[in-house]
Parts: sequence; structure tokens; C-alpha cells
Amino acid sequence: MLAGIQIIVLLTFSPLFVGIITKTKAFLVGKKGQPLLQPYYDLLKLFKKDVVYSTTSSPVLKIAPLVGFSTLLMSFLLFPLFGKAPLHFEGDIILFAYLLALGRFWALLAALDVGSSFAGMGASREATIGALSELAFFVGLGVLAYSSDSLSLDSIFLWKLGHSAWQPVFLLLFATFFLLLLTENSRMPIDDPNTHLELTMIHEAMILDYGGVELGFILYRSTLKLFLFMTFAVSLLWPTLLSFSLASLVFLFFKIAGVAVGVGIVESTLARIRLLKIPQFLIANFMLALLALLVALSTGGN
Amino acid sequence: MEWVLIGIMLTAFVTLGSGRLSNCIRAVALQGALLSLLVLLPSHSFSDSHHVFLATISFLIKTIAIPALLAWSLKQAKIKQEVDPTISLHLSLLWGGILLVGAFSGAKVVSLPTAPFPFLIIPVAITIMFVGFFLLVSRTKALTQVIGFLILENGIFLFGITLIGEFPLTVEMGVLLDLLVGVFVMGIMIYHINKTFDHIDTKALTLLKDSE
Repeated sequence: MLAGIQIIVLLTFSPLFVGIITKTKAFLVGKKGQPLLQPYYDLLKLFKKDVVYSTTSSPVLKIAPLVGFSTLLMSFLLFPLFGKAPLHFEGDIILFAYLLALGRFWALLAALDVGSSFAGMGASREATIGALSELAFFVGLGVLAYSSDSLSLDSIFLWKLGHSAWQPVFLLLFATFFLLLLTENSRMPIDDPNTHLELTMIHEAMILDYGGVELGFILYRSTLKLFLFMTFAVSLLWPTLLSFSLASLVFLFFKIAGVAVGVGIVESTLARIRLLKIPQFLIANFMLALLALLVALSTGGN
Repeated sequence: MEWVLIGIMLTAFVTLGSGRLSNCIRAVALQGALLSLLVLLPSHSFSDSHHVFLATISFLIKTIAIPALLAWSLKQAKIKQEVDPTISLHLSLLWGGILLVGAFSGAKVVSLPTAPFPFLIIPVAITIMFVGFFLLVSRTKALTQVIGFLILENGIFLFGITLIGEFPLTVEMGVLLDLLVGVFVMGIMIYHINKTFDHIDTKALTLLKDSE
């Protein structure tokens, strides 16, 4: 029941927040911008189209989008959106991290599979970025596990209900996860989601050979992933409400819309970092997570 | 207070990771401002003239006088804005992380009394001193060495304010004055090195010879 609601909320609302980000960016540069529901129209258009495969590709190309999509849905089920998470057991933060990594791995395989040089270049960049951003991700999860004394996402986020969220540790963690959100979803300072210049793009370069329904699935997955990361980051400061009701849905909506506006502002005020500087950005983020860990350790949890 | 301490730590990391001299100067100025704020934070310190005086003087020197002097010599020397470190900025940041871990585990061992301040002040002070040392050895421009020296001094200052009750004011004043004079001398030196050699790379100083 709860799992169903959680999946429905994820599937129906996530493109809306991409719309909010685009709208914010358009507003800040003084444009009217796309309609708020444009991501839905784009997805619908793609889902109506046929698929064309390159002659050099193997079945990996066909499997990858489905693996990516399903691992993301699985990892979302581990996250407590309303009260308890639909799936939870001790140690599921490891599963959560690896499900996301599995999706990335298959995306890399698919990019290498078609044998296009641009896709391969995109894959190599994605692998570099992934390797460095997972450092910060794991340290961040470690801090959460340490300060809540549990290894399950469910109890980590519910534990926060009884405590003040506005401690240095959590603000540092929020900063870490916000930067991770920008990195993992190829947002502005790392990768420009709008660019289609092959030499600079990362995520877009990997999916050049996709079209139709499968491209739809990949884009849908990236909106879902954005939603997941925004929820994760914002739940560190504003914990989830205990039960599912209209109020908790509205609360969730405003929380995430707030982050979406924040992402929009960050994206329109920052310039893209040079490709060579990206590892430095990610190492700085890792340092932030490390600082959070040490502060948590020295203040003795909570 | 923990917020201010974490802010001080983060400004030290900004100087480690940033590639532009003016950003480093700004970060050091901010660090000085946070330090002087920290002096005022324990309760009753507003009524204590010792604290207020120290905070005002260190704000004037660390946030206004020295950064202005550095910015002035940056402008006078007409050098490139880049830091050019001998250890790359990525590695500098990673080294920062290692120093951070070392400082936190070292602080557990030492366990000094920090009375009005949180325990965090000791690891922060140690990290900042280490970062200052690291900047001194890993950057070649004279200006960045001054910045490293300043951060090192800020770390010592942090140690010092845990003892503020027993410390006579004159000692603190003396340290601050020394610092200001030191930076003055370095500013003049930067100007002269630049005038003589067209750059302020201290590596070249080993080549100094008597003129033939």
C-alpha cells in the first residue's frame, strides 16, 4: 500500500520539479520560459516514438535503460517518504548506494556498447566523476549511520524526528548532499543539461545513440533521480512527516519545490566548471563530508 | 560557537583549494573576522574590556589592515592572479583532509581544557596551523607565503584564546603588533623583489648572487 503510494508520487510528480528548475532559470534571466509541464510533454512525445538501433550494438543497449529505471525504483523504495520506508532492513544504506551505482554501471556499459567515440568519451568522464563523487556519498552515509546509530535509511530519517536538525553536522551534510545532487544529476557547475556540444557534455554524450521509448526511459530516470536526490538532501534538514496524509504530501511538495528553486538559482548564477577542475570540486566536496564525519565523531554522535 | 569554528576551518580550506590570489586574501580576511567574533562569543565577554579590546584590535588588524596591505601589494606587484602551487590544488585539498584527520585524532590524545569554548577549538586550531605550514612550503609566490604565515598565526591565536583568562593583554597585543610589522616588512619585500626580478617567485631567491 505504502509502496504503491510512494511509487505513484515518484512517477507522477518528479517531472514537475524539473519544470520548476527550468522555470526558475528562465525567470532569473528574464525570459518567460517553457511551460511548467513541458517535461511531461517531452516524455509523452518520446514514449509514442519507435526505436532505432545502431547495427553495431548488442542487447546491452536494450537492457541498460530498464536496469537503470528499475534500480532507481528499487532504491526509492528504501527511502522513507511518508513514515516508514516500504522496504527496510538493517544495512540497507549499502544496498541503496549500490543500486544507484549499478544503474550508473549499466549506463556506462551501454555507452561503450555502441562503439561511438563520443559516447565512449562521455562514459570515461562519467566514470571519473562517479568514482570521486561516491567517496563523498559513502562518507556522508557513514556520518548519517554513525550519528543515528543505525544502518537503515528508514531509521536514519525517522530518528531525526526527535532531534534538532540544525546542528553543524547536518548543515555540513546538507551542503555535501546538495553538491552531490548537482554532480550526480549532471546539473550546472558540473555538466550543463542543455548543452549538446559533444566536446563538453558528459551525461548527454552517453545517450547519443538512444531514441524513442528508450530515450524516454532514460530521461524519465534522470528526472526520478533528481527527485530522489532532492528529497534526500532536503530530508536531512526538514525530516519527513510520520504518516501519509494530504498535509504530508503538501509539505513534501513545498520542501522539494524549495530545493528545486535553489537548484535553479545555483544553476543560473554559476558558470560551468572547466572539465579539468571538476575533480577538484569533487575532492572539496569529499573534504566537506570528511569534516562532517570528524565533527560528528568528536561531538560524540547525536 | 561551533558554527564559527567550522567557518574558520572552511576558510582555511578555501585558501588550500582556490587558484586565485584575491580569493585567498578574501578568505584570510573572513577568517580574521570570524576569529575576532569568536573572542566575543563566550557569555559575559561583552562586559569584559579585555575581550572587547582584543576582538576590536584583532578585527582591525586581521580583517582590515593586513588584507588591505596584501591587496595593495598584489596591485603594486602587477603579477598574475594565479597561485601556481608546487603541489597541485587537488592534492593540496587531499593533504588538507589528511591534516584534518591527523588534527582530530591528535586533539583526542592531548585533551587540553578549553573551558568557555567547545572541544572543537583544539582540532580546528591544530588543523589551521598545519594548513598554514602546508601553504608555506607548497606555494612559491611571496604573497601566498604571507597568507600561509597569517593562517599559521590564526591557529596560534585560536590556541591563545582558550587561555585568555590567564593571559595578560599586553602579550596578545605584542603578538598582533609583531604580526602587523611582519606583514609590513613582507609587503615591502614583495615590492622590492618584484621591482628587481619582475616576479615574486621565491624559488628564484636561491639564485641571489653578488652583482659582478
